[in-house]
Amino acid sequence: MTEEDLRNLGEHVAASLGEAVSDVRVVHGQLQMVAQAEKIREVLRFLRDDPSCRFVCFTDICGVDYPQREKRFEVVYHLLSPSINARVRVKAPVGEGETIPSVIEVFPGAEWFEREVYDMYGVFFTDHPDLRRILTDYGFNGHPLRKDFPVTGFVEVRYDEDRKRVIYEPVNLQQAWREFDFLSPWRGEPAVLPGDEKASAAQEKQQDEGAA
Amino acid sequence: MSERDVSVRNFTINFGPQHPAAHGVLRLVLELDGEVVERADPHIGLLHRGTEKLIETKTYHQAVPYFDRLDYVAPMNQEHAFVLAAEKLLGIEIPYRAKVIRVLYSEIGRLLSHILNVTTQAMDVGALTPPLWGFEEREKLMIFYERASGSRMHAAYFRIGGVHQDLPPELIDDIGEFCETHPKVLRDIEGLLTENRIFKQRNVDIGVISVEEAFARGFSGVMVRGSGAAWDLRKAQPYEIYDELDFKVAVGRNGDCYDRYLVRMEEMYQSVHIMKQCVEILSSQKGQGEVMVDNRKVAPPRRAEMKTSMEALIEHFKLYTEGVKVPEGEVYAAVEAPKGEFGVYLVSDGSNRPYRCKIRAPGFAHLAALDYMGRGHMLADVSALIGSLDIVFGEIDR
Repeated sequence: MTEEDLRNLGEHVAASLGEAVSDVRVVHGQLQMVAQAEKIREVLRFLRDDPSCRFVCFTDICGVDYPQREKRFEVVYHLLSPSINARVRVKAPVGEGETIPSVIEVFPGAEWFEREVYDMYGVFFTDHPDLRRILTDYGFNGHPLRKDFPVTGFVEVRYDEDRKRVIYEPVNLQQAWREFDFLSPWRGEPAVLPGDEKASAAQEKQQDEGAA
Repeated sequence: MSERDVSVRNFTINFGPQHPAAHGVLRLVLELDGEVVERADPHIGLLHRGTEKLIETKTYHQAVPYFDRLDYVAPMNQEHAFVLAAEKLLGIEIPYRAKVIRVLYSEIGRLLSHILNVTTQAMDVGALTPPLWGFEEREKLMIFYERASGSRMHAAYFRIGGVHQDLPPELIDDIGEFCETHPKVLRDIEGLLTENRIFKQRNVDIGVISVEEAFARGFSGVMVRGSGAAWDLRKAQPYEIYDELDFKVAVGRNGDCYDRYLVRMEEMYQSVHIMKQCVEILSSQKGQGEVMVDNRKVAPPRRAEMKTSMEALIEHFKLYTEGVKVPEGEVYAAVEAPKGEFGVYLVSDGSNRPYRCKIRAPGFAHLAALDYMGRGHMLADVSALIGSLDIVFGEIDR
């Protein structure tokens, strides 16, 4: 499909679904739209059943975390239409503590993908028959792909010789976690000598004099 | 004896994670009625390493080796999806020779994966000879990996902007020679299995799935082709040079384990055919040239150049510390990996690290349907079914 065809298809979808979708665009040769979370089931059903779309092949569901946005999470659906040979991306913003309808009745393959999003981001899917954690450990706490979850995690496991079993302990790092941010290679350590208390005192004094 | 109240209850067993037919670390909770599977609940995540989280903390170059460790049976195919996604965002076109090399090594990866799958599936249903014969061939292919990248498995050979190094001419000749001898081994393995009475009894009409159901459940690759859909990303949405190459898409009819086996066998012959064409292009005049883009923001300068040029040294340093800055945007790129559609959804915020890198592994969707496909089958069929789903836990658990 050419970009032109995709744009026409996008207009058709936007006209048929009305306010349920917005911001229909073609990005890098792929149709993309933003859908209202509560209408997601209708949107996907339309994309699947409409004769000019036929996005019958379910590809992927994933979450993305944007902590600075008002609605923090975005659940991203990817569908594929083998008949028109095109892909579509539907993004549904979901705030923290909000829910989004499960799309299992439209695409049965969504079950595990929704479980994964729940596991990784803590987004709740309503009407999901079995919303358990999937990838993390039994009894895991937290949602690891959130941006505020540390890469090191909170607990670590090891085999305890005395108790003869695997035990959980708080993470104990042998060296501090080092953030290698090379975006600005010239920003090194702050120019403060450890134990040099006079430096800050001198600076304050200078500032006071400046204000006076 | 008086009439007794006989209470019948289903039997729940734990299959794996150490079971040899579990293909890695699959823990399967099976509810059985006698020997018939009533419910299968796969517990996955025992190999979860948080790859997506780790990629978010690394630069684009540092992310590439993580992809080798997903489906460790065909490492370069995974790298391919990631570098394609990054190149789409960067908007760069790689040199022709690099494209041919990528296709050549993707097909080697396909052979690696299919040989392993077909032969271990045979082992799951009781045959021991095919794996022994197949692994000999895999060894040769891994040596090709090693001669190109220096590593038998974790290659990190596909880079953003091309491939890391050019192939030596002797290696290309040796791959060409391999393409001549390999079909005979495939025919031998086929001779052991295709008409084998036990193999057919264990696989025909097991795990049947229709095309519609397969698409709705997110199946791809051999799993939909076995059911009769002629859907192959190499044909439908060609990337690299697949549109110039001559190959056929193998399609099954019944959607059972046996058809999927046949599709895989035919795909191996087609892969050898593609490899032959790539070898021909690489040794012809048309296929000569660079294997990396000439763009210092993406690709490092040559080693020799660095010894004399200060500018090159700075660029090298910047590239390997700061990394590639990828323009803001989001993109989904998929390749036809041996196991199905392997996709990467990449979100960039314009910095040197991916903001989000979702890995869409084909095996994840396939294993999710095990409950649907396995219901009503016998316990012994489950291991045949797992074999035919072609699951590798590196990519499912990520």
